[in-house]
Amino acid sequence: MYGYQLRHEFERSTGATWPLNVGQVYTTLARLERDGLVEQTGESDEEGKVVYRLTDAGHAELTGWFATPLGGNDRPRDELAIKVALALTTPDVDVRAVLQTQRTATLRHLQELTRLKAVADGSEDTAWLLVLDSMIFRAEAEVRWLDHSETRLARLATAPRPTSAGPAPGSAAGPAAPPAVATDPASDSDQAVRR
Amino acid sequence: MTTDAVLELRGVGRVHGDGATAVHALRAISLTLRTGELIAVMGPSGSGKSTLLHLAGGLDTPSEGAVLVEGTDLATLSRGQLAAVRRRSLGYVFQDLNLIPALTAAENVALPRELDGVRARAARREALDALAEVGVGDLADRFPDEMSGGQQQRVAIARALIGPRRLVLADEPTGALDSQTGEDVLRVLRARCDAGASGLLVTHEARHAAWADRVVFLRDGALVDDTGVAPPPEVLLTADGFG
Repeated sequence: MYGYQLRHEFERSTGATWPLNVGQVYTTLARLERDGLVEQTGESDEEGKVVYRLTDAGHAELTGWFATPLGGNDRPRDELAIKVALALTTPDVDVRAVLQTQRTATLRHLQELTRLKAVADGSEDTAWLLVLDSMIFRAEAEVRWLDHSETRLARLATAPRPTSAGPAPGSAAGPAAPPAVATDPASDSDQAVRR
Repeated sequence: MTTDAVLELRGVGRVHGDGATAVHALRAISLTLRTGELIAVMGPSGSGKSTLLHLAGGLDTPSEGAVLVEGTDLATLSRGQLAAVRRRSLGYVFQDLNLIPALTAAENVALPRELDGVRARAARREALDALAEVGVGDLADRFPDEMSGGQQQRVAIARALIGPRRLVLADEPTGALDSQTGEDVLRVLRARCDAGASGLLVTHEARHAAWADRVVFLRDGALVDDTGVAPPPEVLLTADGFG
């Protein structure tokens, strides 16, 4: 395959959600070649484009990539969680307004994705449908997290102030206890997640 | 059908009790549902979603403001006229127990038409068409307990929109269904709205609300936000886009 083909294949599978600049593709190919993961076949097509193929090392690398799950730290940091956490601790910022503004925006995004899905559903483009589903589930999870955060804040606002004297349960486990997050006895699902 | 607003809430409030113990279930709600539009109402429990739906369907009366169904202010109607609007202009889909267990799917859907005065044979024909439109044409002679939850909800949607009815009020219609079946039901609702019906949908599932043209958020009885009216009507599904 040559560079344009690679880009085309990538965008076809992902519905052009993450557009690739063809320069980026060629730079990456050059690096892969430097590292011995791809090689030129020596032939070129009728337009004189250089054709590449995977080397054995490249095959091994690719197989390893598919076989390795993403770890929690492999993902970009979550700017929304950071924003909400900072909204809570920054004076004069209405964290509930931050949550609501985001929820409306995320719902709008979810509507757009749903429209795309309604259009794509009849097609045979399974790869694109999977990518769309992924984005839909992510947006949905975000809305659920926003709802959950709002409920948590509402409970905190109405609950009698906890006596802040005693050490937090479990604080003996380590000296660097995380900043005290109010415990939420009503929420079983949280406790299951908390280590 | 050319009157654009199928349902209009104008400054609607609902107070339970009075004096110091008064509870404001809804405050100053204004909302217009147009032909072909599906609006989803989201909000935590206790935010007034169901009260809103009851007021929209004439099952409850507002303490303030007005509810107009197809241009008629429900407050101006006599009891009998109100019952007629409830029966002829709109239909309901609840979370479950929508269908009469002793009647087949076709009989359930035909029933409102027979009550409208349509002869049984014609009513059955309409019911069969309506069932086909929601993708369960082959289940016409099944009883509710012989159908899955998703199939029953499709039948309930067909019944809600049979004959002249153009407005469906749906209260958590996917609440008892698994995720995929729930989505299929939403597709049916979406397709019926694209075909000219109007829907007001209460749901707590963002993924289902996202099928709506517009999503509004209720908090403590007030509308706090709104995704806005969708761009000009576009048909999201082709006629056979479901099933």
